[in-house]
Amino acid sequence: MTATQEPSALNFECETGNYHTFCPISCVAWLYQKIEDSFFLVIGTKTCGYFLQNAMGVMIFAEPRYAMAELEEGDISAQLNDYEELKRLCLQIKRDRNPSVIVWIGTCTTEIIKTDLEGLAPKLESEIGIPIVVARANGLDYAFTQGEDTVLAAMANRCPDKSPVAETEKNERNAIAKLLNFGKKKEEVAQDESEYADHPPLVLFGSLPDPVVTQLTLELKRQGIKVSGWLPAKRFTELPVLEEGYYVSGVNPFLSRTATTLMRRRKCKLIGSPFPIGPDGTRAWIEKICSVFGITPKGLDEREAQIWEGLEDYLQLIRGKSVFFMGDNLLEVSLARFLVRCGMTVQEIGIPYMDKRYQAAELILLEKTCKEMGSPLPSIVEKPDNYNQLQRIYELKPDLVITGMAHANPLEARGINTKWSVEFTFAQIHGFTNARDILELVTRPLRRNNNLKDLGWDKLVREDAKV
Amino acid sequence: MKLAYWMYAGPAHIGTLRVASSFKNVHAIMHAPLGDDYFNVMRSMLERERNFTPVTTSVVDRNVLARGSQEKVVDNITRKDAEEHPDLIVLTPTCTSSILQEDLHNFVERSQLEASCDVMLADVNHYRFNELQAADRTLQQIVQYYIEKARKKGELPEGKSEKPSVNIIGSSTLGFHNHHDCTELKRLMADLGIEVNTVIPEGASVYDIKKMPRAWFNLAPYRELGLMATSYLEAEFGIPCVDITPMGVVETARCIRKIQQVINAQGAEVDYEEFINEQTLYVSQAAWFSRSIDCQNLTGKKAVVFGDNTHAAAMTKILAREMGIHVVWAGTYCKYDADWFREQVSEYCDEVLITEDHGAIGDAIARVEPSAIFGTQMERHVGKRLDIPCGVIAAPIHIQNFPLGYKPFMGYEGTNQIADLVYNSFTLGMEDHLLEIFGGHDTKEVITKGISAGSDLNWTKDGLAELNKIPGFVRGKVKRNTEKFARDRGFKDINVEVLYAAKESVGA
Repeated sequence: MTATQEPSALNFECETGNYHTFCPISCVAWLYQKIEDSFFLVIGTKTCGYFLQNAMGVMIFAEPRYAMAELEEGDISAQLNDYEELKRLCLQIKRDRNPSVIVWIGTCTTEIIKTDLEGLAPKLESEIGIPIVVARANGLDYAFTQGEDTVLAAMANRCPDKSPVAETEKNERNAIAKLLNFGKKKEEVAQDESEYADHPPLVLFGSLPDPVVTQLTLELKRQGIKVSGWLPAKRFTELPVLEEGYYVSGVNPFLSRTATTLMRRRKCKLIGSPFPIGPDGTRAWIEKICSVFGITPKGLDEREAQIWEGLEDYLQLIRGKSVFFMGDNLLEVSLARFLVRCGMTVQEIGIPYMDKRYQAAELILLEKTCKEMGSPLPSIVEKPDNYNQLQRIYELKPDLVITGMAHANPLEARGINTKWSVEFTFAQIHGFTNARDILELVTRPLRRNNNLKDLGWDKLVREDAKV
Repeated sequence: MKLAYWMYAGPAHIGTLRVASSFKNVHAIMHAPLGDDYFNVMRSMLERERNFTPVTTSVVDRNVLARGSQEKVVDNITRKDAEEHPDLIVLTPTCTSSILQEDLHNFVERSQLEASCDVMLADVNHYRFNELQAADRTLQQIVQYYIEKARKKGELPEGKSEKPSVNIIGSSTLGFHNHHDCTELKRLMADLGIEVNTVIPEGASVYDIKKMPRAWFNLAPYRELGLMATSYLEAEFGIPCVDITPMGVVETARCIRKIQQVINAQGAEVDYEEFINEQTLYVSQAAWFSRSIDCQNLTGKKAVVFGDNTHAAAMTKILAREMGIHVVWAGTYCKYDADWFREQVSEYCDEVLITEDHGAIGDAIARVEPSAIFGTQMERHVGKRLDIPCGVIAAPIHIQNFPLGYKPFMGYEGTNQIADLVYNSFTLGMEDHLLEIFGGHDTKEVITKGISAGSDLNWTKDGLAELNKIPGFVRGKVKRNTEKFARDRGFKDINVEVLYAAKESVGA
């Protein structure tokens, strides 16, 4: 990687995989909040529990609907019967919380001792009468956000495959609605339907906060596209219908297993598009969906231009600045593409795992954006090596490093600006509406610097301190 | 299997990493899957550490499961040796490597041939020990390793230091107020005319360890960390250990008297009584505080105490013996060392509680309804739910328990800090009660009402529903901005689309 070279296509590299990221079991933190009637049981050791307890911060005090099934020595050596043990715990959960689904999160330990969670679940499910979904979100195979991917892939198999008998159901519902609203509701429904173009059902997948779900749904509604359902829904009992031939579209770049499951197992058609992150990504996402349904998008030019206009104060801060992604949450390519469009130069895109098929459209858009902006094409480093990356950071002196908390403070002490990458996972970053929020995060260290400049406190480690 | 939501002490490898990364120039390599290096995040965040945490992972992935680690661990050790030139690399097993049962000893021996640094395997079993026990064991292991190494090379010093001197043992990274305690203890030793021979492990080099036998005695202020190392040193060199935690006025005096006795037995002729008297009556404010009217008001008030052995025991004694507070129960999560705790606190509280179950603790707090709680962050949150103030006295802790200001718990300055902590906890509770009696705060709801009442705007059902999804602490602001936006543009109704249009427009 030398600065003089100007590569003509995206350059993919793969390093040692010695990097810092969150364990994929962290997905329970946002999924239990998203799926309101769920209970997540992480079957692992004290190590897993310690991670969750500390990573979830204050959430842990809010009586979360998650718990550890902490394995003891007797479980490891099979002196205890795993079926009986799980049954005991799941009955306790049923008694205390009465959830609509229990999600078992398999961990490294259950992999190594080869606990047959997928085999035990259906048996126990019929015995206790609560659906049990198994997701193997472990650190042997996956990184951070990929945890959600494993859970959603498992959920995809639980989506009903036929809409409940359409006519009677609808009449019945309308009858009740009529009673309650004196017929008003019916008008609304009829009116609603006419607003949409005639297109095959579309189901979106990816867990997003409810406000963002509303925003993206409205965005498509403006184009006359109806979102038939969302995986996951607010409740497990409201999982969307997935019939053969339905169209599906992913909203996050880390959902490749879910996409595969939807295509292969549920025979859905995947709309491969860039992800709706940043106004450019959102527009490309909408355009792609429209083009698949043969709809001519309307008003997108003005809408995108208007959003960019609203970002101008932030853009002035970052234009011409360089950014280095160390890589830990798989949002990196989409964020990099957006930041190039904002006028930044991306020096390196570290990423835990790169699915070139699922992210194909996003990669093409990245390449196109770089060319249009006259920005050099960045290297995409899969399974990065944090130590090597630090050496490159010292050499390249980026204006901003997007990295995990393990490296953020030490880099700041060496005069290098950082933004904590995990915030991008929890902040609202999708759609036109939230483009400002992304830049709010990206520019925060730069704005901080503007406030503190001239104090002479850039480097706060002694020269002789070793790195 | 057991259902667990919360744990007081972490897994074993955390203890090993705490000790290893407390030393200067010691690197730990974890044999663990991706994501188990969360220790680095904690150290970087909680301690606000400026340097990179010297911990890396030799990643266990599918290939390792299939074929074993083979060269991987050895390569990672030799690579780290070349990159960072540490004095020692500690190979750290985790729960994963415990079950894989790879021959980590063998990796250590092989890498020792190639690496120029020392390499050792932390001897801790994930399923038998917790964080605290593992830290204690690892410290002893490192001390023993370097003592034996020095002995082999004939580098152990002859005899004792000229003046009385001490090894302060047990201060470590991520320990509760450990840095401040350590500074306070060094000051105390200086006041007593005792040289500090070494401080282990925080900030020490492994090469300091061979100097340890020169000390006249060891001071191990923490019950959880250091006693294995001191008993090793006592067995090898007959170095006596003072293991009285100098926390609180009475215990500090007891600790100093023990030091006096130990060094006088070795030929020093010191009398610290005058010093203790001076400090107790005029330097520390805590003794005077216990006589003052403020403290009189606390007499007989109910409190409960929960934490690790060191802090919960010391706190219980301070509350009961030095402030006249009624400790209804005192508890510890150090189950493995429960007898010691019982013996320490039995006469100072009505009941002793030994448990690792935070639910049982919460219930016990609710049952007793104390005026104040002294516990960990978990008890602080129980207190919040029950409207009972809580002073945090032990790990597990959050970033606010790593204060930038000087806040020791030990020594004479520590007694002042504890008095403040106790007094502030109780008065806060009193203020709350008074507010309640006289009608409470009156600002709730009023702000939003005032604004919406005066506006001609109508929130539609979907708009209102969406507004209610916004977290409470920013909802008022979002509502005001949206209404301003709607008013400026002449919208009569605010629905969900107007709400988001407002968000998109600058300044709204």
